[in-house]
Amino acid sequence: MSMTMTEKILARAAGKQAVAPGDNVWVAADVLMTHDVCGPGTIGIFKREFGAGARVWDRERVVLIPDHYIFTKDDKAHRNVDILRAFAAEQGLPHLYDVGTSRYKGVCHIALAEEGHTRPGEVLFGTDSHTCTAGAFNEFATGIGNTDAAFVMGTGKLLVKVPPTMRFTFEGEVPPYILGKDMILQIIGDVGVDGATYRAMEFAGEAVMRLSMEERMTLANMVIEAGGKNGIIACDETTRAYLRARTTRPYTEVANDAGARFVTDRRYDARRLEPVVAKPHSPDNRALARELGDVRLTRAYIGSCTGGKITDFINAARVLKGRRVAVDTFLVPSTTEVSTGLRTHTIDGRALLDIFRDAGCQVSVDASCAACLGGPRDTFGRINGPEVCISTTNRNFPGRMGAKEGQVYLASPYTVAASAVTGRITDPRELLQ
Amino acid sequence: MTIRGRVYVLGDNIDTDQIIPAEYLNLVPTIPEEYRKLGSYALAGLARTPDQPPFVPPDGMTTPYTVIVAGKNFGCGSSREHAPVALGAAGTKAVVAESFARIFFRNCVATGELYPCETPTRLVDVFRTNEEVVLDLEANTLTNVTTGAVHALRPLGDAGPVIDAGGLFAYARQTGMIAGARAQATPAAGGGPQAGPDD
Repeated sequence: MSMTMTEKILARAAGKQAVAPGDNVWVAADVLMTHDVCGPGTIGIFKREFGAGARVWDRERVVLIPDHYIFTKDDKAHRNVDILRAFAAEQGLPHLYDVGTSRYKGVCHIALAEEGHTRPGEVLFGTDSHTCTAGAFNEFATGIGNTDAAFVMGTGKLLVKVPPTMRFTFEGEVPPYILGKDMILQIIGDVGVDGATYRAMEFAGEAVMRLSMEERMTLANMVIEAGGKNGIIACDETTRAYLRARTTRPYTEVANDAGARFVTDRRYDARRLEPVVAKPHSPDNRALARELGDVRLTRAYIGSCTGGKITDFINAARVLKGRRVAVDTFLVPSTTEVSTGLRTHTIDGRALLDIFRDAGCQVSVDASCAACLGGPRDTFGRINGPEVCISTTNRNFPGRMGAKEGQVYLASPYTVAASAVTGRITDPRELLQ
Repeated sequence: MTIRGRVYVLGDNIDTDQIIPAEYLNLVPTIPEEYRKLGSYALAGLARTPDQPPFVPPDGMTTPYTVIVAGKNFGCGSSREHAPVALGAAGTKAVVAESFARIFFRNCVATGELYPCETPTRLVDVFRTNEEVVLDLEANTLTNVTTGAVHALRPLGDAGPVIDAGGLFAYARQTGMIAGARAQATPAAGGGPQAGPDD
């Protein structure tokens, strides 16, 4: 029977020759990830159901990454990190990326990749909806709740319904002003915020396979904004090169079988893509950036698992170099590695951090999820009033970045940087040379 | 099983940030005091409209609304289990929606906090907040007590056997996936209809 990549991974993890969309199968987890917001509740259920003295199913496969509410004065936020810390000590878990230590990373989805926890052919469950980011690495990765995560923690298994796959093929080469964010916002605008519910989304074609791993991660990251269960991309030399630098663990690549079936098969001419923006208050509320020049902004934000990777800052810096921002512009690196990269990456001999400071941006040196999801009131960059913000993040539902009165426009790092310079929504072609 | 009570009517794409704003995610659902607090913040992220009463009254801990009727894609966004937990902790028993986001649906069933019932017809235009309803989970109907109109709902489908068993953990024990009884007889923080998932 011909299978898609997603079906083949789930079949292997279920110990079956073949699976088909709609099958309910128990699959073995290769990695379970949790963080400071959902970890304490997961641990609470784990102990309630399996016993106070229970042990996790495999110490090597549980990864704890505090990242959400770290740089805050909120007592409960600190208490929650303490719960993760105590659990890691009690269980002898080697993969805790603890706050206040040299191992601290920041945003879990980027940290998982940087630390070599994302590997082709594997099954990754995480207590965060953007766990789907890791599908860029040719694996099955999806977000789950605390109860499911507690079940995985105790048994290493989870009941999963095999999703049918929607394929999105980008032919040709993307123009230099187009980024992965434009490609995924284009798709979400086409299928809607529930257009991929219960489905896998595969990204394919020459334009996708020319992207860096970071840009592929942007595509897979936002499948949840279309309701998707997982995103997936084939494995190639770009994938292997990234992994060689991050892990020595062996892995098994998967490819679609000839004759694999897709529930939909959309094709895009990459050369015809234009910079797009998702208007308030939904990620599928798409418009062309060049059509929104009348929208005056009060703020710009660059950060998160979607738009806070080193490539996102390099792209923003290309626009901001030698210019000044016209609105408050907040920059938050996703991980400590990205934070370091702001000092070590240069354009024309000038470090990214200096380019941003010259431009008048407010740059956090502390890596975390920060204001992408609002968070405690003292979170860096949080929207605390009727701001009009353009952001490289992933969601713009009412109140997502803090105050309900805020309005959030989602866009690529190019478009956000260009808009920060002009103070209105701006097609980056106006500034990119 | 039937559920009787007042209904709260919402639109499409009610996301998890509206159900429980992220600033309250420092609360841990398995800590009883914080579970109750999550209930007091249920739907705190909804934009206020003049004709819609608050879901939880000011200074209240629970809601007078037993059933939510909503449009498409209810619970979209984050995987936070705090979302069904907050609604369940507030005292809501069921959400009747045209469709659900996948993870929210699964979390409802896994936690047993809420019955996620799908309606094949758009009901948000035929119900008004505060009307009394009867949800019959065996007949799969939602009745408007005020008007007498009876609306057919979809059966729970794949989630059915897991719900019947009493939730994810109970289902897994029943089918031999995990052994033995629950570690302790302490009640779950959630007091809901102990259901279990598959999405």
